[in-house]
Amino acid sequence: MLLQLKLPSIRLNKEISVEEKKIELNKVDEFPPMPVSLGSMRVNKTSSWRNFRPIIDGEKCIGCGICWKFCPEPAIFPTNPPEVDYDYCKGCGICIANCPVDAITRQDETK
Amino acid sequence: MIEIRLHGRGGQGAVKAAEILARAAFYDGKVVQSFPFFGVERRGAPVQAFTRISDDVIRIHSYIYEPDVLVVLDPTLIGAEGVNILDGLQENGKVVINSSKKPEDFDFHGKNGIKVFTVDATKIAIEHKLGSASAPIVNTAIVGAIAKVTGLVTIGSVKKAIFDTIPRYQEKNAAAAEATFNQVK
Amino acid sequence: MKTVMNGDFAASYGAMTSDVKFVAAYPITPQTLIVEKLSELVADGELDASFVKVESEHSAMAACIGAQAAGIRTFTATSSQGLLLMCEVLHWAARARLPIVLANVNRAVAPGWSIWADAQDSISQRDTGWMQVYAENNQDVYDSILMAYKIAEDNDVLLPMMVNLDAFFLSHTSEVVDLIDNDKAKEFLPAYDPEYKLDPKNPRAFGALTSPEHYFEFTYKMFEAMEVAKKKITQVGKEFGDIFGRYYDMTESYKIDDAETVLVTFGTIAGTAKESVDRLRKEGKKVGNLKIRVFRPFPAEQIIDALKNAKRVVVIDRDYSYGNEGAFYTEIKGALYDANLRIDTYGMIAGLGGRDVSTTVIKEIVEKAETSEPNKTYFIGVKK
Repeated sequence: MLLQLKLPSIRLNKEISVEEKKIELNKVDEFPPMPVSLGSMRVNKTSSWRNFRPIIDGEKCIGCGICWKFCPEPAIFPTNPPEVDYDYCKGCGICIANCPVDAITRQDETK
Repeated sequence: MIEIRLHGRGGQGAVKAAEILARAAFYDGKVVQSFPFFGVERRGAPVQAFTRISDDVIRIHSYIYEPDVLVVLDPTLIGAEGVNILDGLQENGKVVINSSKKPEDFDFHGKNGIKVFTVDATKIAIEHKLGSASAPIVNTAIVGAIAKVTGLVTIGSVKKAIFDTIPRYQEKNAAAAEATFNQVK
Repeated sequence: MKTVMNGDFAASYGAMTSDVKFVAAYPITPQTLIVEKLSELVADGELDASFVKVESEHSAMAACIGAQAAGIRTFTATSSQGLLLMCEVLHWAARARLPIVLANVNRAVAPGWSIWADAQDSISQRDTGWMQVYAENNQDVYDSILMAYKIAEDNDVLLPMMVNLDAFFLSHTSEVVDLIDNDKAKEFLPAYDPEYKLDPKNPRAFGALTSPEHYFEFTYKMFEAMEVAKKKITQVGKEFGDIFGRYYDMTESYKIDDAETVLVTFGTIAGTAKESVDRLRKEGKKVGNLKIRVFRPFPAEQIIDALKNAKRVVVIDRDYSYGNEGAFYTEIKGALYDANLRIDTYGMIAGLGGRDVSTTVIKEIVEKAETSEPNKTYFIGVKK
């Protein structure tokens, strides 16, 4: 059903040219001119912020795309059913709160 | 450098006349500058516009206080309250007035070497159907008279400037300028 | 190609010759003609750019920031209250190091409502990180915009530049302007291709939270960039002159070599002052003029060099820093102090709110300086 919505694919481009590593800035000469990330922001995985994860029930999902649209990261891909990118999902719960058919549930993260 | 000050009323096109004059002089190879008095213009209110024509670069950016040439688009401005047309006019200055009267009818003609020239630009504008009969637009017409009287610009350049400045009825406007060029006294 | 046009149109054509790809602007008197002409040029297909109508000047600059960050050359124009509404985003553009070029028509600030010439608007935005040029005539407006992109986009500069033109005395005054051929302009100003830009293939975070560990260094970087810009402005001005025959620098000296009294001026007053210098010299007065064309970065070295032999330095400010003195006056004195030059200085505030500064007024200013106590500020022409 999602495919009918013609949602743009926002899957991260795999051919990223910047280095995927953290860069430390110690000397002013190493600084870029403006406050900009020197490497890809993909290295900044935010999954550690999460204390629960959203689980999407593909059976209940009606493919409305609301979770994809509301995800502020965005860490939900508009596949059918939608897929959560757990590397970046911060566990804010907005998708859970906005799902019209309660197809998304929370599952505590266990350390 | 020659400095020209134009007096008119809002809506008569004094600003455009100053611009056409400057553009014509530019076509004749001169360095030029033209600008309006920077006010809040209202239809009918007295307005001024200015043109400088020079062989060299014009560095000065201020109003014209001591003009060499005065142009009066509306004869009712002469003696009107709060308007002193002759203010700062140079000795032997020239005054071009849109009027059906003769130059001698103006009491400042001949004083301080001032020379008055008149042309009935209003009649000519009506004849050429510029504006309406009740509110004719005389700005293009009067530039022809300025060309003749001052010799600052050629009538050919005036006509070219009218074609390049006025969006409509260029033929009629150019013909009106030619008429004042021939009729000014 | 030489033609006759007003200062506003000169700004529009300056942007067009610079091949800008994006314009967002909000109209305000006396800048309106700039926006009208640009929208016309875009609509007629003469300028291949996106023209975005916005609901305020704040939005205009915000839109330019977005487009410029995506790696596109942008332009906007404003005046007075509009520039003040932009204040927040002016800082943003500069600290994000986006080489946006803005034409500002110098107009007085309300109240009382005034649409007339006064530099209070741009002077009050002095510390936003923008480079500032003050144009003397319409040719200067046109040429400065083209040069502004070349300077601003330099990899070691990357700072936005504001080209200021006096309300009406330039914006609505028609003068001869020599337009540059597009192909020649492209040779002088190559396409904009920044190293850092918003690019989906190379996702970066811009303008993010910056801790005390890093913020300080970014400001230091701007200090370094402004120092580079000083050299760059002179260099680009010379390069421009070699190609197009019109030379520019941060300052311009006129008959100062033997001058006892040197006027320091900016904007259109500089032109009228040069005319006054010639007239006063005919009366036997040894007067010269130093035009400050670029106010930020501040050309202290050139100023010191130009003023070192003067007996009297008379600074004409069309602005006033409330509670102190004219902004130019303060800074000129600062430069002289750094060079251990103890010259009599006079701060002359003139032409506020569009009051005309004619050759007569400049003569009055020189006479005032000759007969008044030095190192003080005087308001010229106050009705008493």
